[in-house]
Amino acid sequence: MSEPPFDDLYRELILDHYRRPRNHGPLAAPTVQAEGVNPVCGDEIHLDLAIDNGVIADLGFWGQGCSISQSSASMLTERLKGRPLAEAEEVAGKVRSMLVEGASPDPSLGDLEALEGVAKLPVRVKCALLAWNVLLEALRQAKAAAQEEHHG
Amino acid sequence: MLDVRRIRQDFPILRQQVNGRPLVYLDNAATTQKPRQVIEALVRYYETSNANIHRGIHTLATRATEQYEDARRKVARFIGARGPEEVVFTRNATEAINLVARAWGDEHIGEGDEIVLTLMEHHSNIVPWQLLARRKGATLRYAGITDDGKLDLDELRRLIGPQTKLVAVTHMSNVLGTINPVADIAEMAHRAGALLLVDGAQSVPHLPVDVQALGADFLAFSAHKMLGPTGVGVLWARAELLEAMPPFLGGGDMIAVVRPESSTWAELPHKFEAGTPNIADVIAFGAAVDYLEGIGMSNVRRHEEELTELALERLRRVAGVRIFGPSSASERGGVVSFAMEAAHPHDVATIADGHGVAIRAGHHCAQLLMRALGVPATSRASFSIYNDVDDIEALVEALEGVNRVFGEGRERTAVR
Repeated sequence: MSEPPFDDLYRELILDHYRRPRNHGPLAAPTVQAEGVNPVCGDEIHLDLAIDNGVIADLGFWGQGCSISQSSASMLTERLKGRPLAEAEEVAGKVRSMLVEGASPDPSLGDLEALEGVAKLPVRVKCALLAWNVLLEALRQAKAAAQEEHHG
Repeated sequence: MLDVRRIRQDFPILRQQVNGRPLVYLDNAATTQKPRQVIEALVRYYETSNANIHRGIHTLATRATEQYEDARRKVARFIGARGPEEVVFTRNATEAINLVARAWGDEHIGEGDEIVLTLMEHHSNIVPWQLLARRKGATLRYAGITDDGKLDLDELRRLIGPQTKLVAVTHMSNVLGTINPVADIAEMAHRAGALLLVDGAQSVPHLPVDVQALGADFLAFSAHKMLGPTGVGVLWARAELLEAMPPFLGGGDMIAVVRPESSTWAELPHKFEAGTPNIADVIAFGAAVDYLEGIGMSNVRRHEEELTELALERLRRVAGVRIFGPSSASERGGVVSFAMEAAHPHDVATIADGHGVAIRAGHHCAQLLMRALGVPATSRASFSIYNDVDDIEALVEALEGVNRVFGEGRERTAVR
């Protein structure tokens, strides 16, 4: 029997990020830390950000879970390293529209476009979104800290 | 082996393709499919007999009552109960366990008392006891598992002591398939003056179960895992226990006389069935019991044991597969949980689905067991009477497919 097509979901890029996760492991001196768990499947993502002057100077992730959740996190780190916080938020929004609303991937997403196929499998969307929800939580913390500094 | 080809003709849902392949349904521990005899019983009831039961005078009410109580008699006979009054219909096995935790537990569990459980329990046989323990200041104790996925009976024996008021244990693990020696456990519990509740959600559908031989005091199980409809569970308990227990829910149908300040309770089992029950599904459940009895539970067991043995043997030969639970099919039911080195269980299940093979992936509502096994999740294939050798081959082919997509022996190397 012929192989069922998984090209849409398990693209080589996704498998590559799963096998060789980029920016993997905690940072030595993070400025913000966030983590998230999918209670349904137990997927887990921890994210460290080192923010310098409104820019994500460095970031690292670790955790456990399926290829979709881990590769999504790996691609996130690659796309956002060295980028301003405002851009991180923007990218998170575009990934969300692609996964949840099925919007065609914005050219600015780069490799993240590989996650497009996940949108067709509703049960797996939460896997791909996990890292991005953790990022949003980290960005919230960064904003709160900046505000405190401003007022303090 | 059973005449699977003939049995399959009774299950219309199996005649379909999923992702361009014939459906191979191997998620029977979650819920089984329903034979047309059950579906027809449901339709027939609504088309010919629908009425509210008990106290009705008219013909339909009498007919519906008769069919509902007839289903109760069938279930009682099926599990060897002394009489139909020992069979209480609930929404599911979970509600049956909660009924015991509330109606029996609130009366008999106090501060400092101990409830002994095992690490292989489904959440439905853990959380109700946690809630009870919190209400009453009682303590939960857990017996662990051995390396080959059996219940650690030595530890269990040590844990059961003078403070133990209840032992609650699964008859068959929904993850490992392990069949626990319930009669021995009953003896341990009773010697310590404790009662034994058995979660039969996985065993009653797949093994011959006789409550007298089991020696348990309470048994909970669900219709939908044994070819019946969803929305029906069963609590069996010895009549004298049920007699002594206060009601669980209050309302219509469970009373004898209602006065402004207090009421008296209806006879067993109606005391525990407040409000209009799930009449149609209970009646259809009766048809499921008929169907299983027509095949014979020892034939069901033999068929599924043979399939399990074959599955263990075939899966062991797939690269990177690690199987959890007892190595011999004689010690386990038709449930095989496994991990693949190449891929996470959710990826395994997605790829299997692409092959038309329905398996489950996740923690299977047994997070304590996942922790004990040291894995976040497993993939699980589970069998029923309509599965055969071809289904096992389709599963093996799907798992080979996982290895092809992910590459055998994944090496994860971090890149910074």
